[in-house]
Order: sequence, then structure tokens, then C-alpha cells
Amino acid sequence: MTRSQRFLAGAVGAAAVAALFVAPLSLGRYGLYVLSLWAVMSIAAIGLNLTLGYAGQVSLAQGAFVGVGAYAAAILTTHGYPLAVAIVVALALSFVIGWLLGYPALRIQHHYLAFVTLAFSTLAFLVFRNEEWLTGGIYGISDVPRPTLFGFSTAKPLPFYYVCLFALGLASVAFWGLVRSPWGRAFMALRENPVRAASLGVDTRRYTLMAFAIGSALGGLAGAIYAPLTQFIDPTPFTLALSLNLLMMVIVGGSGFFFGPYVGAMVAVLLPEWLRFAEGYYLIVYAILVILLLIYSPSGVLGILDRYLRNRNAKAASALRAAALAGLPDEAIQ
Amino acid sequence: MTRVLEVSGLRKRFGGIAAVDGVSFHVDEGEILGIIGPNGCGKSTTFNCILGQLAPTAGEVKLDGRVVTGMRPCDLNRLGVSRTFQLLQVFPQLSVRENLILAGQEHEGTMLSRLLGPSDAGLGAGADQMIGFFKLDHLANTPAGELSYGQQKLLDAAMAFVAGPRLTLLDEPAGGVNPTMLFTLKERLRAINREQGATFVVIEHNMEFVMSLCTRLLVMAEGKVLAEGAPEAIRANPAVIEAYLGH
Repeated sequence: MTRSQRFLAGAVGAAAVAALFVAPLSLGRYGLYVLSLWAVMSIAAIGLNLTLGYAGQVSLAQGAFVGVGAYAAAILTTHGYPLAVAIVVALALSFVIGWLLGYPALRIQHHYLAFVTLAFSTLAFLVFRNEEWLTGGIYGISDVPRPTLFGFSTAKPLPFYYVCLFALGLASVAFWGLVRSPWGRAFMALRENPVRAASLGVDTRRYTLMAFAIGSALGGLAGAIYAPLTQFIDPTPFTLALSLNLLMMVIVGGSGFFFGPYVGAMVAVLLPEWLRFAEGYYLIVYAILVILLLIYSPSGVLGILDRYLRNRNAKAASALRAAALAGLPDEAIQ
Repeated sequence: MTRVLEVSGLRKRFGGIAAVDGVSFHVDEGEILGIIGPNGCGKSTTFNCILGQLAPTAGEVKLDGRVVTGMRPCDLNRLGVSRTFQLLQVFPQLSVRENLILAGQEHEGTMLSRLLGPSDAGLGAGADQMIGFFKLDHLANTPAGELSYGQQKLLDAAMAFVAGPRLTLLDEPAGGVNPTMLFTLKERLRAINREQGATFVVIEHNMEFVMSLCTRLLVMAEGKVLAEGAPEAIRANPAVIEAYLGH
């Protein structure tokens, strides 16, 4: 990116953050719920973007980790524990389970790995549905409380929206730090060429497990916020459909791009709302839009932007070279 | 002289075929050993067995007198053994600089210190130096996938040297590289060998390159060591001419 592009990106980012703070003030109860859901799904998609987009490990279990986090939070907060404790437990639990689920990835890859994670997804659903003593079975867990923070109750939609936004902000900063650290480089090396990475001293085994564990922990965090957002959970939202939806968010937004999950979650959560005018046909319209996007740009929405910037910069660079050859001063082509 | 690498009785079978059939050799500190031989004679398989990419059927590999047979590639690399592959292996989406930082970042500190430490793992200056050393200055921030084949080969070799390895195994470094690049590569390898006392094992088909770079040659044929000696002696060895050079 050139300097002016970087400045522009910064300005767009600042405007988006400001809009996320200000826009909800004019939204109704339902609008706030949808926006809160976007924030929660973004967190889960960020996790999957790490596992899939950066480290290249296919997972169809992210929805199950949202479930693990949601149940952990619902069970603990309905038993009187504060949400903060529930979040820590949800993070730790999904981290450990994610780490264990990473072991098959050390032996198998691609669609075989997808099947293993699919099996875990089904297993988690069965536990949610059948272990009534713990999860309430098909009746689920109701009256999940929203927390009171520093004396402020977040029971109303607007304050709880800011809780969701805060969680997303925290997850984003942590993720930014992670992918910019040497770990981010090692994850990408794992995705692009694990054999070469190992020959350069990258412990591919440990990084694969870490990619699963951290990605899953973010899924768990999303779930721990999801439970107090809906205030009622049962097994149905955490089926394979959610995992597939999260996978779509990552791919549609742009797998391996930092901002991909935010855009993808927007498409998955907000677009259906905007398509309400199509009534019964909305799913058809939605499916066609997503298919067209992926035909046009397999690397997602941000892939389009990336290609555009690359083309522009390449043109600018070749114009500079041409000008240099012609002996023109740089200003002549600005 | 210190013995860096010692391979004894190395054997690797794939089903009924013995790809490597009792290979023994050693490499002393500061040496450049060349391994030559016709295609399919087991040169790369020997490399892969030494480097833990393949588990040998039998035999022993010693690094500085310590048995390292069957050790994982990443652990061996951290002990100071680095390599390049026969086919080009750079990370196309990372920039030249990022590729070089990656090649060194796992050698210092712990997982935690890498997570919390600076983004370039303190290797930015070293990477820039290596970029200059291999004459890739103008390409530092270009994605490696956009480099020419020869430039990628130079980067590939540079990556092997970032961490200051004790022993480097190069698998056909000259393959497909144009004469100008080849000259740069040979001259850089010599400089590293001379200035840092680095030890190399080189597999290569380009005879002119091998004869002028290596101090000692090992000729392989059908999974066995056919001959061993100084380049001039090998050139005159009738068995070698029969098996390889004569063709």
C-alpha cells in the first residue's frame, strides 16, 4: 500500500468504528439485536479465519465451539457466577478442546480433516441435546442473565450491544497482535508449505495445534457473549448449519485477510435482513448473490479490493519505470 | 579437523527397492562436499534420511558426534542443519524480507517470547544484511512469488543461511539458473564458506559448478557410494566415467 492508500484505509477504519458507536443510538430493539449478533459472529469468524485463512486448516466445527462457549456461559451465569468468570472458563474449555481436535490435523488434511471436524460438530450437538442434567436437553437454558458492570446494568439492548462491541474490539486487538507477531508468519508458512516451514525450524506440530486451539477459543468467546445476548439457548443454533455459515463468512469476506471476517459476518447476518423485501424468495436471492461473488472473486469481497490495489500499484510502478527510462522527472507523471 | 556430519550404513527401502543401500560418508568442518550421480541413484533420498524427512530403514546419522537419526526436521534445523530443496521452495505470498525473517525466527527464544516480542523477532537487520549479501536489495518488500526463477533460487539459498547454520545441505542449487545468477550464487556460497567456515553438502548435476565449488566429491550409483575423492581424481576415475560422466 502506498502512503495515501494507507491514510485512506485509516480514515475508512476510523469512520467505521465511529459509525459502530453512533449508529445504534437510532436503532430499535431488533436492529440492535442484529448488530450485536454481527459483532458476536464476527468474533467466531475471526477465530475460524485464523485456523482456516492463516494456518490453512479446514474446520467444520467452529459452530460447535460457539455452542461450547454458550453452554459454559449459560450454565455458570445461571448458577450465579459473573460473566467474566464464565468467559474465562469458556475460553479455556474451547482452547483445550480445540487443541485436542487439532491432533487429527497432524495426520490428515483438507477434506479428510473436514470430515473429522464434522464428526466433532455432530458429537457436540448430541451432548447439548442428550445430556439433560447439564444442558437442559431440548428445553435448553432460559433466563441467562446479562451482567452488571461497574454498577451499570447491561440488561437493556443498547448497553449490551456495547458489551458485544467491546468484546469484538478486544478480540480484534488481540488477533491483530497475533498475526503481526512471528506466530502469524509461522501460521502462514504452515498454510503455504509445511514441509519447507519444518526445514526452517518451524515446529509445525505445535503451530497446527495452536491454530486450532486459539481459533476455537475465539469461537468459545463468541458463544459466551451469544448466551446473554439471546438470554435463552438450546441445541438448535449450534448445528452444522452454524459451522457452515461461519465458513461462508470467512470465505465470502476473504479468507486470510484481517478484515475478512467482519465483512463476511456483515454479509451473513445483515444481508438477509436487507433482502426482506424479497420475502419468500430471499434465500434464493441470497444464494445467487453469494455464488456470483465467489465466481467473480474466489478470494472474497476483500479479494476484489486487494486485486484493485495491486493493479493500481503495479501500473503506477511501471509508469514510474517508463518515466525513469524516458528521463522525465517524477513530478511529470504524478 | 572436526567431523561435522557422519553417516554410516544408511539404508532406505521403498517396498522391494533399496533407494539408498548402505551409504557411509563424513563431512569435516569447513568442507564443501559434492554428491553427484545419475538420476534416481538415491542422492535426494539420502538427504531426506539425514534431515528427518524420511525415516531410514537402517543406519546412523551423527551430527558433531551426537546421534540424530530420526530426529524431526524442525529440531534438526534448530541444531544448525539447514537445507534447500530440489524444487523451489519459497513462500510466495510473503515478501523477500518476511521469508528471511521466517527462516531465522524459530532459532531464538521460546514460543512465548516470539508471541510477545517484536514483529520481526529482532531479525530485521540480519534479514536486510542477507538481502544485500545476495544482491536482492530492490526486491526486499516484493512478494517472493513475483520474483524471477533465478531470484527465487537466490532467496531460497539465502533462507538457508539466515540462522548461521553449522551444516547446509543444498539439493541442486544451480538447476534452472541462468549463468549470471549462477555466478552470483557460486561466489556467494564460496564467500560464506570462507568467511564463516560454513560446511556444505551439495547435490548437483552441473559438473562445471560442482567441480569448481567442491573440495571433495562423492559419486553415487544405484543407492551405493561408487567413488570418493578430490574433483580431479573423480574426473579421471574410470568407474565414474563408465557410470555417469561418460553419458
